[in-house]
Amino acid sequence: MSLDAKIPQGPLAEKWSKHKFNLKLVNPANKRKYDIIIVGTGLAGASAAASLAELGYNVKSFCFQDSPRRAHSIAAQGGINAAKNYQNDGDSVYRLFYDTIKGGDYRAREGNVYRLAEVSVNIIDQCVAQGVPFAREYGGLLDNRSFGGSQVSRTFYARGQTGQQLLLGAYSALNRQIHAGKVKMYTRTEMLDVVVIDGHAKGIVTRNMLTGAIETHAGHAVLLCTGGYSNVFYLSTNAIGSNVTAAWRAHKRGAFFGNPCYTQIHPTCIPVSGDHQSKLTLMSESLRNDGRVWAPKTKELAEQLRKGTLKADQVKEDDRDYFLERKYPAFGNLVPRDVASRNAKEMVEDGRGVGTSGFAVFLDFADAIKRLGEETVAAKYGNLFDMYIQITDENPYKQPMRIYPAVHYTMGGLWVDYNLSTNVPGLYALGECNFSDHGANRLGASALMQGLSDGYFVIPYTLGDYLATIGPKKVDTSHPAFEQTKKEVIEHVNKLLALKGTKTAEAYHRDLGHIMWEYCGMARTEEGLIKAKGLIKALKVDFWKNAKVVGENEEVNASLERAGRVADFIELGELMIDDALMRRESCGGHFRVESQTESGEAKRDDENFAFVAAWEFKGENQPEELHKEQLVFESVHLSQRNYA
Amino acid sequence: MSNGNMNLTLKVWRQKNAQTAGKFVTYKAEGISPDMSFLEMLDVVNEGLTLKGDEPIHFDHDCREGICGMCSLYINGHPHGPKRAITTCQLHMRSFHDGETITIEPWRATAFPIVKDLAVDRSAFDRIQQAGGYVSVNTGGVPDGNAIAIPKVIADEAFNSATCIGCGACVAACKNASAMLFVSAKVTQLGLLPQGQPERYRRVQSMVAQMDEEGFGNCTNTGACEAECPKEIKLTNIARMNNDFLSAKLFRQEEIHEEQHGGA
Repeated sequence: MSLDAKIPQGPLAEKWSKHKFNLKLVNPANKRKYDIIIVGTGLAGASAAASLAELGYNVKSFCFQDSPRRAHSIAAQGGINAAKNYQNDGDSVYRLFYDTIKGGDYRAREGNVYRLAEVSVNIIDQCVAQGVPFAREYGGLLDNRSFGGSQVSRTFYARGQTGQQLLLGAYSALNRQIHAGKVKMYTRTEMLDVVVIDGHAKGIVTRNMLTGAIETHAGHAVLLCTGGYSNVFYLSTNAIGSNVTAAWRAHKRGAFFGNPCYTQIHPTCIPVSGDHQSKLTLMSESLRNDGRVWAPKTKELAEQLRKGTLKADQVKEDDRDYFLERKYPAFGNLVPRDVASRNAKEMVEDGRGVGTSGFAVFLDFADAIKRLGEETVAAKYGNLFDMYIQITDENPYKQPMRIYPAVHYTMGGLWVDYNLSTNVPGLYALGECNFSDHGANRLGASALMQGLSDGYFVIPYTLGDYLATIGPKKVDTSHPAFEQTKKEVIEHVNKLLALKGTKTAEAYHRDLGHIMWEYCGMARTEEGLIKAKGLIKALKVDFWKNAKVVGENEEVNASLERAGRVADFIELGELMIDDALMRRESCGGHFRVESQTESGEAKRDDENFAFVAAWEFKGENQPEELHKEQLVFESVHLSQRNYA
Repeated sequence: MSNGNMNLTLKVWRQKNAQTAGKFVTYKAEGISPDMSFLEMLDVVNEGLTLKGDEPIHFDHDCREGICGMCSLYINGHPHGPKRAITTCQLHMRSFHDGETITIEPWRATAFPIVKDLAVDRSAFDRIQQAGGYVSVNTGGVPDGNAIAIPKVIADEAFNSATCIGCGACVAACKNASAMLFVSAKVTQLGLLPQGQPERYRRVQSMVAQMDEEGFGNCTNTGACEAECPKEIKLTNIARMNNDFLSAKLFRQEEIHEEQHGGA
């Protein structure tokens, strides 16, 4: 099977507008004859549901939380990029495009990324119109700040709660359509499978998390907007409920999985404090606008800091190594996330890590407080500082924060073409759920951009083209494929409920996380990955023998929900390892120790690996088949990333 | 970092569902690190229960960084526990002491029926938002973001109201189970901004009507909601809402009537 990304021909800047013109339209009067299923209510899902319902389609929207407003997009802190050039500092659509391609280490599609940059401008306008209270200057105009990986100020923000405000904007647009009767909302409902008829996605199977009822829903198209799978690492910055189940089950029904090993490690998280920890908390990248990252110059000083015999503020200026400013003078503390993360790791490996565990470096605001005053710093970052105090019991106004990298975002996901369609017609993937746009590394403030771009401005056009092609003939759940898929889902649920072993699903999840972080985390080696493959295989066998699930299906059962998700994470973990093994190059956050430059930077191998890896499921416990989508660079020259 | 683990006694409300009667059950939480969050402490207890084959204690939670609004819990008589301005997921065990008995209950309000144990159904909040908590704007065809200038102080004030996470602590804290702090936060956010003006009076009427229909009680200006709100939403929001509501009733009937019938 050949992969066609369907990237329009012609000059970069004209691709999207030409494509929009060429896409078939659905007559307004016919739109009400189509039913669209949308799973997930984050930035991508809520914006898509609202936009499609506004156009006249009938939308069924699903989320596993108690309210669509809880989707994890709500936790994004720092901001959203847009090439508005309000600051007159040289920004443009092309520059945002260029920064994103380069930031993604040349492993993203030019066409998609250009469209994202182009549409970014409309996203801000849309959100402002909805009443999103973005930060403003005293003159009443929108304020901007800068973010990692760029030298212009193009990030729009709402204090440290940008994701919350953008999501509430999309949620309100969704609410308006629910009220108008164009969206039917299903909360506390988990999607467990896709129904495929004659090669086309025609519906889904869900479990009502209150009653256990396994239900089927039919539609002309299914949109998965279910977010990322960082929780495969157990500890991540994702919400506890974030999972891969919907995407994974779709993968097992034929949708290819793109670049599964591409994981973003975020450099500024609060370090792990103990085994009890259930998640990691991010300190927004925006903190690096004013915070300076440093480690002590010597191991001896680090040792004293770890023991607590020396306090951070007692370390003399000359004894501090502001390693990012030293190594990357042009970008300083605002180097991209992968670069900042790797450098922090190097400090720790060099014996210069701080904090009781030694797995941390400092993020210091002393200079900023001296320069701007505590009040200004508090106004900019107050909520993040408060959060830090709650979690660590330390005051970052008085002593530097301790930070360490953590898993934050997955650039891999279901493979989609330019229309956001998976290789299964009628099945779409939007936002973090798909693999596209970010490449091997995601720049700050670009995830929110992609979620909203896909939902507000891409899918309303591209979906219409597919719907016009298939026509409005009703699909309904009486087709035997629905019954069959439902039966298989029930069998799977029963199989999980029959697990009466001695170890909780949570414990398996923790074990999986350790393996993934150790061998498929910030640095990977062939040897380590081969070892991890064996470990996960054994873990999988053990899970299906010794896991323990309590309760029954016909009620609220968190134990069952967790077990189902962990089982899928284990399978995904296997595929991530295979993908990482295959990619014998370093790119972005994916660092193969065997492939580095003399100065220790990630070294790509464009000759052999300038492709998207799209994996095809070939049956239980069978090796997956690799398909390659060659990446073509017409506008930018592939070059070694250099932030010095 | 604190040291030394704690042993605690938990009195937890267990209730199978809204139709079944509930009761307190006592559990031991042992070897609890002061650095754990309250929910991580419950995770530990639940893991123990699961291994014994008992049903884990059910509670709502998701982001665990204080923003999604899903976690709830009435802890020792306070929504989200004893500390000010935080959610339960941000409450850490160092706020308790070794040997303490902790009472954990669900939000109690007629409009929030029990789902199971400590989780309640807050969909009434969604229905209130659906009744009008938005600016009616379709995707596309909007003016440039800078075409609408908004004074910084207004944008900041709107933001303060917009930070509501919809957790329901205000309802849980109120002796009348009033939802006015929640409703007024949205009304105020959009009422302050120029984008919210066209539907301002219609919005407040629809949202208040829905709030009443859901069975939330009235506000008697006690201020418990403000005191317990994890996001420090101010009581002044309620004053603004009342002001708009009254204004709508007394002076804006024509405007509202016209809008409801699609205008001229």
